[in-house]
Amino acid sequence: MDYPLTHRQFYEGLKAGELLGLKCQSCGTYTVPPKITCAECGHTELEIARLNGMGKIRTFTVIRVAPEGFNAPYIVALAELDEGPWLMGNVEGLDVDDNVDGLIGRKVRVDHKVIPPLNYSAGEGVAVTFQLV
Amino acid sequence: MRKVAIAGVGMTKFGRSDKSGVELFAGAAMEAITSSNIKTREVQALFLGNVLGDFEEGQLNIAPLCANELGLPVDVPATRVEGACASAGVAIREAFIWVASGYYDIVLAGGVERATAMDTPLATRTFAMSSESRYEVFTGVTFPGVFGMVARLYADKYGLSLQTLKEQMAMVAVKNHKHGAKNPLAQFQKEISLETVLKSPMVADPLQLFDCCPFTDGAAAIVVASADIIGKLTDKPVYILGVGQGSNGSLGRQKDITRIKAREAAAGQAYKMAGLRPSDIDLVELHDCFTIAEIVASEGMGFFEFGTGGKAVEKGETAIGGRLPINPSGGLKAKGHPIGATGAAQAYEIVKQLRGECGERQVDGARIGMSDTLGGDLATVVDIIYGV
Repeated sequence: MDYPLTHRQFYEGLKAGELLGLKCQSCGTYTVPPKITCAECGHTELEIARLNGMGKIRTFTVIRVAPEGFNAPYIVALAELDEGPWLMGNVEGLDVDDNVDGLIGRKVRVDHKVIPPLNYSAGEGVAVTFQLV
Repeated sequence: MRKVAIAGVGMTKFGRSDKSGVELFAGAAMEAITSSNIKTREVQALFLGNVLGDFEEGQLNIAPLCANELGLPVDVPATRVEGACASAGVAIREAFIWVASGYYDIVLAGGVERATAMDTPLATRTFAMSSESRYEVFTGVTFPGVFGMVARLYADKYGLSLQTLKEQMAMVAVKNHKHGAKNPLAQFQKEISLETVLKSPMVADPLQLFDCCPFTDGAAAIVVASADIIGKLTDKPVYILGVGQGSNGSLGRQKDITRIKAREAAAGQAYKMAGLRPSDIDLVELHDCFTIAEIVASEGMGFFEFGTGGKAVEKGETAIGGRLPINPSGGLKAKGHPIGATGAAQAYEIVKQLRGECGERQVDGARIGMSDTLGGDLATVVDIIYGV
């Protein structure tokens, strides 16, 4: 069965300034990032949709001890998109040593950054980023 | 389904070891086999949890090497099981199913890990390989980071100040170190103070160093046998009354990560099979890889209302001597967390507790125990109920 939207196409979309996802033709739920079945009902009739790219921070952490290939400190967060799905990304444009306690609930715009290939990765990667608005 | 029991258990000292993975496992397994009054040639299958042998020792496919080391016959299938930190829980559930089905009578299950063979940056990277490599790994998320996000969301959802939650989390660490101090196999056999936890370096906000379990080398093993023959193996059988396993997708797909749905599913299956309820459980070994992880696990398994697990710790309900002792072994926090072996180490503790062999850390009158092992980004959870 063909993939309605692969992870590579999802990232090509981000690089072109578009947040792509899938809208279920059965239950209407948005699946972002994409997968082969609807994240809610498992249905396979999915249509590529453009999301508005806006959401709000639901939770976050400041990573102080980083994996090989990353330089701490940085913020990782889960944001709830306006259309419902939750996405993981890095919160950018903030000094992590400032008080970060008020981050939950802040509105963000989804962007991206390209990460060079890591050891044990299948080539270049793309991380979602969140810009505070 | 046939009734299934545990005949014997074995476990190495947890901590740093210069033994190889094969040697660690063989030591634990031989203890389990010997204490089951069987010969190695009577074992019919091996399920072995091992997560990162590839990175630790350059060793893939460790299971048949362990089988050979032990002298198991060549017709014994030996299978490595990988479910991240839940690997040995998965291995025990597999052993249970094969024996319950009647296919085998005696199966060896367990796990091994040599996490300290890696330096911290490589260990942090490889542990994070359980995150979604397409959509989440490139953010640099770490395993402590996952539970840092659980803690922040938990405080926000239940209207707790972060300070209050952090103090409750610190109490989990203090309690588990107090338990671990009474466990001669624990990595840390030393009590700590609240101040030690709250003044330790930040790892992944709001988790500090003493909110986190250590990297650990170690192994544990159990002999699982049909209840039909258990009388020949031991006069102190411990029965596996119920098992359950659940699966979640990436962290983003799970949304509210204070409620780990794979755990609620696994615990539900185990309770249903055993015909028991949370109030029937006398002691628990659960997955306290981080202090907040113990709080959410104690709620997800049904012991406390959601949002009140921290309060129960504060009131001493989960200490030895309390209403429901949690992690009398010291848990992952103090006993240590050799990730591929942890589920089997939990089984080891519960079997010893139900047999009344735990000395200073004995939970008096314990007859039913429950274990809970979690792997990956809250992705694999195995819950098992044991009874005498």
